[in-house]
Amino acid sequence: MGTLLDIKNLQTHFFTSGGVVKAVDGVSYTVDEGETVAVVGESGSGKSVTALSILQLVAKPPGEIVGGEIFFEGRDLLKLSDAEVRDIRGQEISMIFQEPMTSLNPVLSIGQQLTETMLAHLDISEEEANERAIAYLGKVGISEPHRRLKQYPHHLSGGMRQRVMIAMALSCEPKLIIADEPTTALDVTIQAQILELMKNLTRELGVAQIIITHNLGVVARYADRVNVMYAGKVIESGTAEDIYHNPRHPYTLALLKSVPRLDLVRAAKLDPVDGQPPDLSKLDGGCAFRPRCRFATEECGKSFPALEKVSDTQTAACFNKENLVESMKEAS
Amino acid sequence: MSPDGATPSNPVRRDISSNDVLVEVNELKMYFPITEGVLIPRVVAQVKAVNNVSFKILRGETLGLVGESGCGKTTTGRCILQLEKPTAGQIMFDGVDLATLDAKAMRPYRQRIQVVFQDPYSSLNPRMKVGEIIAEPMRVHGIMSGAAEIKERISELLSTCGLNPNFADRYPHEMSGGQRQRVGIARALALNPEFIICDEAVSALDVSIQAQVINLLEDLRDKFNLTYLFISHDLSVIRHLCDRVAVMYLGNLVELAPCDELFDNPMHPYTRALLNAVPIPDPTIEKSRPFNPVAGEIPSPINPPSGCVFHPRCPLAVDSCSKQIPPLREVVPGHWVACTEV
Repeated sequence: MGTLLDIKNLQTHFFTSGGVVKAVDGVSYTVDEGETVAVVGESGSGKSVTALSILQLVAKPPGEIVGGEIFFEGRDLLKLSDAEVRDIRGQEISMIFQEPMTSLNPVLSIGQQLTETMLAHLDISEEEANERAIAYLGKVGISEPHRRLKQYPHHLSGGMRQRVMIAMALSCEPKLIIADEPTTALDVTIQAQILELMKNLTRELGVAQIIITHNLGVVARYADRVNVMYAGKVIESGTAEDIYHNPRHPYTLALLKSVPRLDLVRAAKLDPVDGQPPDLSKLDGGCAFRPRCRFATEECGKSFPALEKVSDTQTAACFNKENLVESMKEAS
Repeated sequence: MSPDGATPSNPVRRDISSNDVLVEVNELKMYFPITEGVLIPRVVAQVKAVNNVSFKILRGETLGLVGESGCGKTTTGRCILQLEKPTAGQIMFDGVDLATLDAKAMRPYRQRIQVVFQDPYSSLNPRMKVGEIIAEPMRVHGIMSGAAEIKERISELLSTCGLNPNFADRYPHEMSGGQRQRVGIARALALNPEFIICDEAVSALDVSIQAQVINLLEDLRDKFNLTYLFISHDLSVIRHLCDRVAVMYLGNLVELAPCDELFDNPMHPYTRALLNAVPIPDPTIEKSRPFNPVAGEIPSPINPPSGCVFHPRCPLAVDSCSKQIPPLREVVPGHWVACTEV
């Protein structure tokens, strides 16, 4: 399958009174057609800012994309005019946000919000747009779609609103959907419904997905490939199996060890990463994880380790990848 | 359960074999009226936030209270703390019904029961220094008077919670979420409580920081022989930390069992649905696991379904489920389920 999206060395910085915050600092990853890629990391790791940069939704000032390229179907999005980006936004690439409560306009009806995107991007009449809106509401599992068109967001529950967001994201038949923590605000049983719905619809329609999340369970269930981010950089990338069964970066390993498991009888205390995430305005040239890393050596402070191949499908940015494997063998 | 029982550093399951009941909630009901009319308000409906909930917590035990939003888990915690006056029911703490006490008689009990809240950003006063935040409960209860004595106690509490004693001079905004939550825990410990209610105490934290705070809560439990009511929607954290678990749905207690028993042998259809809905961080398991999300949404507690509140979403529901509220019954020793069909 062909490459749909290719992010190359993206740098998005925020110029604040407290200094330059390098929220995204040299991020590269790709998304193939029809594929689901997860971006996982903790708050402040730059996963959302990367996604917002793709659609150029980063508020300027204070934010600015200062470097890199984002190829979508061969065109560099960062070189397009505002009008050209608007054509792509919502039509070819659409976005689902975390907060279903705040990402819908409270004073517009569901119908108005759903047809707005279609009328802006597609050459169709209002009636046709309404029919399509009804069809998509049905697809996302909303009962009585005719009646819902006239309702307002406050008439709907959180799960229902997120379904509306999904209908909206799909309505122009995009090639890529970026879902930024799509289920974090929802209860578990509703989260499961929404994620299954997204999986089934994207498979059916052949839409590629970027799922941004901090939930390692969601990643394991839905992602074909995973990018792990820390302090504005991708530090490891691979298939879900690579990342979970054979992590090659100490941060990925530490992250997996810090989550309690629902399916296993408790065997030991948790093994958390010590310390706090770094201040992104005070990074030096070395590996940002080294103050918290148990494999850190002097080398780690001198330069940032490049993202290097460790197998056909996996890359990791660590000088001590090999030591990590050794010590994991010893531990098991 | 581990054969060697509970020792402070025991990494596996603890053995709570005491019969010393510290907290007993009996047929607790908390209804919130919905009123209409400005001058002469009249009650038009009631939100049955907690409906006939009973459970016991043994001294030294950690009871997990789990459920989705609106299930009444937080309201139950607030009733125990007497932050809400229950509509009906008893809150027995060390043999005394807290619901019958007036504010003055309640005061000595407030020292013994403390709470850690979810949001480390809004539960600390932004205009007070960390030291003042921790000292406030000690001043209010007059358990320490000398400035030097209080200062020493603040340092001690901060280091117990893994913070540098110098943090006493900082303001909350100068700290990260994990550090603030440690301050919230230090404040809860200031009065040497016996019982701490942790209401989603680790939910707002990132995974790596969450693990640090979970370990801290465990260490403190062992060190001070604390009893916890651990309220959370995160089933994985509950399994890791709790000795017994109570599952709530729409104001009702639907299942109560020892921790591993509940997770390995869930009986109530709602508990099963809940456990099935949580994705497990292992792609190999996830690819082979049958996954059937339960249909439907959580109904409104203003107008809950008749009979068993779960019956409209339940795959096992039969006619009688919509007519009668199933009582909690003990199916296996210690394992209670409110369902007639299992």
